[in-house]
Amino acid sequence: MTVTQQSVALFSGVGVVLVVASVVGYVLHRRFSLESPSPTIDNLNSRIKAWWMMVALLGLAFAFGRAGVVVLFALASLAALREFITLTPTRRGDHVALAVAFFVVLPLQYYLVWIDWYGLYSVFIPVYVFLLLAAIAALRQDTQHFMSRVAETQWGLMISVFCLSHVPALLGLTIPGYAGRNLLLIAFLILVVQSSDVLQYIWGKLLGRHKIAPELSPSKTVEGFVGGVGTATLLGSLLWWITPFSPWQAAAIALLISLMGFFGGLVMSAIKRDRGVKDWGWMIEGHGGVLDRLDSVIFAAPVFFHITRYWWTV
Amino acid sequence: MIEAACATAVATFARLITGVRGEWRGCAPDPRPRIYFANHRSHADFVLIWTVLPAPLRRVTRPVAGADYWLKNGLRRFFGERVFKAVLIDRTVTRDSDPIAIMAAALDEKSSLILFPEGTRNMGEEPLLPFKSGLYHLAKARPDVELVPIWIENLNRVMPKGEFVPIPLLCTVTIGAPIVLGEGEDKGAFLDRSRNWLLALAARSRDDR
Repeated sequence: MTVTQQSVALFSGVGVVLVVASVVGYVLHRRFSLESPSPTIDNLNSRIKAWWMMVALLGLAFAFGRAGVVVLFALASLAALREFITLTPTRRGDHVALAVAFFVVLPLQYYLVWIDWYGLYSVFIPVYVFLLLAAIAALRQDTQHFMSRVAETQWGLMISVFCLSHVPALLGLTIPGYAGRNLLLIAFLILVVQSSDVLQYIWGKLLGRHKIAPELSPSKTVEGFVGGVGTATLLGSLLWWITPFSPWQAAAIALLISLMGFFGGLVMSAIKRDRGVKDWGWMIEGHGGVLDRLDSVIFAAPVFFHITRYWWTV
Repeated sequence: MIEAACATAVATFARLITGVRGEWRGCAPDPRPRIYFANHRSHADFVLIWTVLPAPLRRVTRPVAGADYWLKNGLRRFFGERVFKAVLIDRTVTRDSDPIAIMAAALDEKSSLILFPEGTRNMGEEPLLPFKSGLYHLAKARPDVELVPIWIENLNRVMPKGEFVPIPLLCTVTIGAPIVLGEGEDKGAFLDRSRNWLLALAARSRDDR
């Protein structure tokens, strides 16, 4: 199959799943919500609706190829960074540093990904921006909470921009026998990690008894975790045909990125608890903010990128 | 025509930069004349309030603003008088017009008003400055008009004073439950009560997130 045929097959598969989910959601709504409104069912239905939108957006980006994917993730980074900084107690003295972060660092990182300058985009934010933004903030001479302000701004950039930019960066990898098919690597990453999230939610709702981290997230259970990560690993190995990996390799990598995704959800929940909020934002109905939806992808993307780059590229 | 286009453009731009979300907590949108009173930290405060109001309300809601600022040049005058239809108040000491009478007249014409009772932009660390007496005098002049508190969160961080580049942070505008002037309530008591009411709304808007 060509890359286009495989993409169409994948999106059709996701479409079928979403149709089934929408029908189930509609039936649940008819059966239970008409008599007494149920927030859980309403939330389920708005989540499914938002999934349609997100899949459509990704499909549109895929149709435009490399440019579409780079632009889509640059915009996602912008939305994520604004959510992160909104909940970060910055001061007036940070204004210039923040302007640089939003309007210079973010576009430049994605430009470097676009021109595929690996040597620079892989150190730009962790090294140069790390030093420069602290210097810019220092020039304003506002020393109150200086260390935590600088550190949190840098953390926001690492999470929202640096880590996330590793998704489109996958398009720049040169894998023997896999030329022109790198879009499918992105499909694999997103499909496995997001399915793991959804499957953990479903397994948890069906069988969940023992909470993993009740202080952080009451919905994360051992049963949901094992079931979700297990089925996502299985899904990953079944998708080996769209990757340069063998079925076993695909399973191992799917397991690893599902685990990273789980850690992402955990860490980002810890930050939300500390800030006293339930969601990062309100851009995606039913899900919360962009960061609520992408936390797992953010943690999985750099690891997936480097594993693939180290063992599969020339 | 051109005024309406400018109004839509301003609201769209504000929404794009701030992703602003309007939260109605304690009352529903209502086209009857109301006095909205809000915290004031930025020149764009009333634009944000205006953006979250449904279009029919937006058309009848006018900000109360200083004439010295809005009549300074042609562009400001166009936006102040024609687009925002601001109720302009002479803030000089030697004024010969009565600001309360002007505001009351606007209410009588079925307009709603947006008022910043702190009287000036709050540049400090305090969440809310003490209220000036204008809100009390207006409430006394039109005691049957509801006073609706509005808390604006984060706009001061989008564009602090003296900066030129806005940071696209997310803003929230929370609209609370109305109050009215109590019978025989004196000026100090009413100004304290309305200020505390707005502060309570601020605390609530943070708890909601």
